[in-house]
Amino acid sequence: MNTLLEPFAYEFFRNGMIASVIVGAVCGYVGVYVVLRRMSYIGHGLAHALFGGAVLSTIVGVNFFIGAGVWALVSAVLIHLISHRRLVGADAAIGVVTTSSFALGVAVVSTYRRFTLDFEAALFGNLLGITPTDLWVIALTSAAVAFVMIVIRHELLFSTFDPEVAPVYGISTGRTELIFILLLAVTVVASTRILGVTLVSAAVVIPPVIGRYLTQRFQTLLLITPVIGAVCAATGMYLSYFIDISSGAMIVLTFALVFFLVGGRRWLRGTR
Amino acid sequence: MNHDNVVVGLSGVTVELDGRCVLHDINFDVHAGGFVGIVGPNGAGKTTLMRTIMGLMPVVSGRVEVFGSPPGGKGSDAIGYVPQRQSISPEFPATVGDVVMMGRLRQLGAFGFPRKKDWERVDRSLELVGMQDRRDRPVGRMSGGEQRRVMLAQALCASTRLLVLDEPTVGLDLPAEHEFYALLRRLIQDLTLTIVAVSHDLVAMAGQSDELICINQRMHIHGNAEEVIHSHAIREAYRCEFDFLGGELAHHETPGHQHDG
Repeated sequence: MNTLLEPFAYEFFRNGMIASVIVGAVCGYVGVYVVLRRMSYIGHGLAHALFGGAVLSTIVGVNFFIGAGVWALVSAVLIHLISHRRLVGADAAIGVVTTSSFALGVAVVSTYRRFTLDFEAALFGNLLGITPTDLWVIALTSAAVAFVMIVIRHELLFSTFDPEVAPVYGISTGRTELIFILLLAVTVVASTRILGVTLVSAAVVIPPVIGRYLTQRFQTLLLITPVIGAVCAATGMYLSYFIDISSGAMIVLTFALVFFLVGGRRWLRGTR
Repeated sequence: MNHDNVVVGLSGVTVELDGRCVLHDINFDVHAGGFVGIVGPNGAGKTTLMRTIMGLMPVVSGRVEVFGSPPGGKGSDAIGYVPQRQSISPEFPATVGDVVMMGRLRQLGAFGFPRKKDWERVDRSLELVGMQDRRDRPVGRMSGGEQRRVMLAQALCASTRLLVLDEPTVGLDLPAEHEFYALLRRLIQDLTLTIVAVSHDLVAMAGQSDELICINQRMHIHGNAEEVIHSHAIREAYRCEFDFLGGELAHHETPGHQHDG
């Protein structure tokens, strides 16, 4: 029993566990709309775009959350604007913005090699680096994201379900989408400390997909997805202590394992 | 004409899209309690006209009024809209009740939580379209005809007095189409609704509408359906000849003219 509880004796682990649960839940909640709006690519791109901001904030000596946060919000607005101008395909334009930003980060890393460890943390997450201040920032930003999402839930659902009809009933679909992509950017920034820019999109996409296997009801999906996200993140975090695998990778592998178990069960039932 | 019961009034309306004039000097009034069909060839600006009435397209010049207010004003709260749609994705995890409640968004109380009276309104709307027992069914798994009824119930769930329909029966087979039009007729009578429908289906519109408005970027004719389908103006708008025989339509290209496409 003592062995099972051993990791909780360490403050870094407790901080990491709490942060994982919060990040898993909020990514799952936001992810429901990301998946239904078919914005997975934008979520993935935003996370990569963030890398440039994370690297520059380290070089300039600005707090990670401020530097990367401003960078992510600017990238989100840019992606939103590009998606609505039809000069080139939205996916191609988003690809240009996000990979450019990522490449900028890589270029700076190759110039300032002494920061390699920090950049590895930005790429893959680093639970050991979660300070109590980080924990507060993650908790408060996640609470703010969840609050705004709850306030605009009808607008989000209607504009997701039917962007053509929603404006007739007084919903500004453009404004709703902009607010949502900004919330997604904030979520990605809050989660990067845990999962890194390369793994964060898995926490946004996989839990809602698992949830969709389990329910046909939107309200139920909104309730169970954050729970799936939080439980998988906590499980992955816990296992990483004993298996000695990077916690970000272990969390995502847990998501993937649950996805294959639930998806496989549904597939088996469907083929009977 | 009685000018006291004008639901939609357009006067000298011109609309541009990306700098190109798509509607020029459109004038008509729609009166309460009727079924008005808007017809015209492809590219005539029918959908733009419909969006203009709903306040989703700005006008370059002219005046649009819905229930006496400009688009986006108080009158807009009384508009319900049923879009053209082949089907709702079976992957979307919404129930019939969720979708119908969306139409009630403007009327929801504090913090947007539906109250008992909102759910009663949802049930009443579903009852009006004959789907009272389907509130908890996943909407994506229904047939095209059933989904069309759900969208109609969504439109009725607002305090709708004007129903705007875009290609109301596209994708439906003939019996489902007849059933849908019969339902619309019942709603006009029971709820004193006014319906404006945009369609490329001239035969169906001629058979169902009290009045027809024919446009092709400009106004060609507005009158009762019988009068319009036999007019020279409709031939001019479509740039072809029509023979309406027993409800069937045959059309012949007028020599020297090409269809608008």
